[in-house]
Amino acid sequence: MISDLLSGSVPLEAYLLVAAVLFCTGVWGLINSRNAVRVLMSIELMLNAVNINLMAFSSYVDGQLIRGQIFSVFVITVAAAEAAVGLAILLSLYRNRVTVDMERFNLLRW
Amino acid sequence: MTIAASTQLICFLVLSFVVVLGALGVVLLSNIVYSAFLLGGVFLAVAGLYLLLNASFVAAAQVLVYVGAVNVLILFAIMLVNKKEDLAPIPGITLRRLLSGGVCAGLFALLTRVVLTTPWAEGPEPIGEEATIRIGEHLFTDYLLPFELASVLLLMAMIGAIVLARRDVQAVDPGTGELADQGLIEKARTPLLVDQPPS
Repeated sequence: MISDLLSGSVPLEAYLLVAAVLFCTGVWGLINSRNAVRVLMSIELMLNAVNINLMAFSSYVDGQLIRGQIFSVFVITVAAAEAAVGLAILLSLYRNRVTVDMERFNLLRW
Repeated sequence: MTIAASTQLICFLVLSFVVVLGALGVVLLSNIVYSAFLLGGVFLAVAGLYLLLNASFVAAAQVLVYVGAVNVLILFAIMLVNKKEDLAPIPGITLRRLLSGGVCAGLFALLTRVVLTTPWAEGPEPIGEEATIRIGEHLFTDYLLPFELASVLLLMAMIGAIVLARRDVQAVDPGTGELADQGLIEKARTPLLVDQPPS
């Protein structure tokens, strides 16, 4: 990988590492955010990391059939639906509890 | 896209720098509005990465759907729920953050090891600019069923979002007891589940 980088071309591993950083940042934000909107943003970050992986494999390994690009189009579709429903749930939760603090959403906790 | 390899490398380094710093800003900044705008920047940089990977259609879809729709939706949600509230301190929050940071760093180390030690297969030459044509062929032949199911999913998400976010509307005027033909008198709603009264 290092020799690829020095010769000036971008190796597959570089994309995978960027996606790994993005995914781990998203996981950390998902666990630690206290604002519910930020939790949704962290989920979007993780979905983007998955998309980068799919696109990198599609370009480097499956260059003729590009099935990874089809999959990322579907992931983008599902992410849009998820964002719409998630924010609607958040709005109705805010109307009932008048807060967006994740620590106080404990209706379903034993 | 045929650009020189060194240009491609520089573009990749700049874009991934923006992606990583933006993602850190999204999770670490205390002002949620700044986080939302940084999230838009991250989405744009990811679209740039897609362009480097010869995927102009998916890059356009990323800009349209993520920056144009999801990010605007998040900004609207922030505007609707952005009440200044003093979060109650949690005992041991620092320990919790450090522990989860350790777990995420471990996950990253694992992923890095997998990425660097696996001998990835070399594929055929990427088709480059014909990718959009190939995506269209796929969507109308072997991926036709998921394509149609996606439309049903979007319809379900749209109806679900409307049902969830709609306010309750009274059909009867509470003052006179007659049917309210406007249908738009909102119920004076007391939050049932609030454990302390809203001020």
